[in-house]
Amino acid sequence: MDYALIPEGRKRCPLWQFVLFIAVAGVVLLWGVYAMFLCWIKGLNQTNMNNAYGFALWIWADLAVIALGGGAFFSGFLKYIVGKDELKNLINYAVIIGFICYSSALLILAIDIGQPLRGWFIFWHANVHSMLTEVAFCLSVYFAVLTIEFIPLILENRQLDKVPFFHNLSHNMHHIMAVFAATGAFLSFFHQGSLGGVAGVLFGRPFGFREGVLIWPWTFFLFTWSAAACGPCFTILVTKITEAVTRKKLVKDNVIELLAKISGWMLLTYIIAKIIDTWYWAVVTAPEAGFTMMDFYTNNPLYGLWILFLEIVLGGVIPALILITPAGRKNKALLLTAAVLAVIGVCVNRWVMVLQVLAVPVMPFESWFMYSPSWQEVATTILPIAYGAILIAIAHRYLPIFPQEPELNPVEQQAG
Amino acid sequence: MFPFSFEWIWDMSHMVFHGGLWYALGIIGLGMTFCILKSVVDTLQGKGGDSHH
Amino acid sequence: MKKAQEHTAPKKYGMVIDLDKCTGCGACMVACMAENNIPFREDETDKNLSTTWLRVYKLTNGKKFPDADVCYLPRPCMHCEGHHGHSPCVSVCPATATDYSNETGIVSQIYTRCFGCRYCMAACPYHVRYFNWWDPVWPEGMEKMLNPNVSVRTRGVVEKCSFCFHRYQIAMEKAHYEGRKELAEDEYQTACTQACPANAIVFGDLNNPDHAVYRLKTHPDAFRLLERLGTNPKVYYITSREWVRRQGDNYLENEGKIAAKAH
Repeated sequence: MDYALIPEGRKRCPLWQFVLFIAVAGVVLLWGVYAMFLCWIKGLNQTNMNNAYGFALWIWADLAVIALGGGAFFSGFLKYIVGKDELKNLINYAVIIGFICYSSALLILAIDIGQPLRGWFIFWHANVHSMLTEVAFCLSVYFAVLTIEFIPLILENRQLDKVPFFHNLSHNMHHIMAVFAATGAFLSFFHQGSLGGVAGVLFGRPFGFREGVLIWPWTFFLFTWSAAACGPCFTILVTKITEAVTRKKLVKDNVIELLAKISGWMLLTYIIAKIIDTWYWAVVTAPEAGFTMMDFYTNNPLYGLWILFLEIVLGGVIPALILITPAGRKNKALLLTAAVLAVIGVCVNRWVMVLQVLAVPVMPFESWFMYSPSWQEVATTILPIAYGAILIAIAHRYLPIFPQEPELNPVEQQAG
Repeated sequence: MFPFSFEWIWDMSHMVFHGGLWYALGIIGLGMTFCILKSVVDTLQGKGGDSHH
Repeated sequence: MKKAQEHTAPKKYGMVIDLDKCTGCGACMVACMAENNIPFREDETDKNLSTTWLRVYKLTNGKKFPDADVCYLPRPCMHCEGHHGHSPCVSVCPATATDYSNETGIVSQIYTRCFGCRYCMAACPYHVRYFNWWDPVWPEGMEKMLNPNVSVRTRGVVEKCSFCFHRYQIAMEKAHYEGRKELAEDEYQTACTQACPANAIVFGDLNNPDHAVYRLKTHPDAFRLLERLGTNPKVYYITSREWVRRQGDNYLENEGKIAAKAH
């Protein structure tokens, strides 16, 4: 029925299967949309946030999806600036994943602010000294870049491509994509960093505060670094999930392994820097404020040293060691494990830098603040996953995302 | 965001921050304008039939 | 000439609270609520959802009878100066909705500018910033008793203690009308200061030698909350009890007794 829209030389599942998938994901999406409207109409009293937890699940989700969406800028940087041409076989998908992550982040921010209709104040009345201002500007502009990177892909749809203007536009945009990619890398460096700076500059919050260079705390650089390291792991992970769902190989192993190798070295160098940062914070920065490291990991029902172990060792050192080893990259199970661990590691890092920062009591006569999200917060956080699944399903069905797909999955008889 | 908003101060922070912002916006804007105009010209010249790049 | 320079010297309004005098009666909180049109709800069980610009904390020394001791600590906004006005919350606000005044030393909150990102709340270690999770609803008839000098706040914005800034504005208007540039100490006082039956709260210009706070802040038993963080707050506390002073900040175990700090 929709054969005319399916890219030539590619096999797709029957329409009913596709529609069923969209419908199931659509139900989850609608649940999230319902919760979103509840928050917009009734206000943030629909959440379990409170005056001790001004930032909670949403801000974590924001930081996490932006870190995971980092695969787009870093793959773009590697392909267009460094010249790793093999990555052209994965860059389209990295862009789509990035687009999903960043649009989700913007949506979550729009739900998270108390006065959504005043959201534009952050641009209009910008305080250039605030890390959040830098985040808002770079994030929005980078989202524009991702949209620009996504447009030529959409225009490659079989029917759209027949329109001469669209064909030419797609061609011309491809032609100067390196310029957009470079701008995207520049913007990403700053907004990934600024997200790290959000907690790092809080000198009233000893768990998050870090020293640094000029106006940037060390977390600024660590966040950019970790996004560049773990973003590609997420791209690999989603590619592998897509291959499993569609039951076909979409990208050749050498492409995945190249990205995994670069990701592994980035992750290893990042985790070394992170360990040094944690050590310096534990023995110098925190004690200067009157805290021992264990003050942050004891006397509460959740946060123990296990979370540090999970983030740094399980989510950092181990995946890094797997990914830098040729045998580790070639072993499919190990590669997948490493990608999952790296994704968990970066998500845990974002969690502690948002939630644990606020959980720690700073005034000695206070106790730990614990929080669990309301269903509205959970639904709106799951919303992007459903939205992402739908967008990926549509994009995969109707757009030639994976250039190696026809070669890896030759179609005997041209369908339609 | 603009020099006419009353928070604006002509200091180093504002110039660096907004310099970077408008530089990026400029590249994106000029890049897209170039692509669209060139596509219009190409289309008028009859390019972009069934050929693939 | 010297006199003229004194007139233009920036003010630094602050408080000195004598914790040995505070009985924890809560009159300051009530006065603050009434003065500043602070919203409340029928159910205020969850204190993390309550708005209390000035909150009285109960501190205990953790000992058993007969050594048990209690101290009540009123906590308004600290109006931190940080380093050169770089207070924790002002520097982070992305929309310039909160400001540090070099003229008065007061950290303001512009409700109509705030879009509710709550970054300032995350930045403040004293929990003085409150978010309006609900629209304010006043019991019938009470809206007629609201203070006309203080705007009520809508849902979705952050608010906090302003050191009753509207009172400063009214006092300054009167002074200007009378051809004066300076305020006498008693012309501008916060509602909590005036409500305290024990005279535990003293308010004034920390830079002005004629004001009581100027002298009190240098009291050998004076301290400020969380000074080590570099927030440079403008609320001082006085207590003769060492255990209370020790709870004013975080100390490592090997750090000795808390020396009284003179400023």
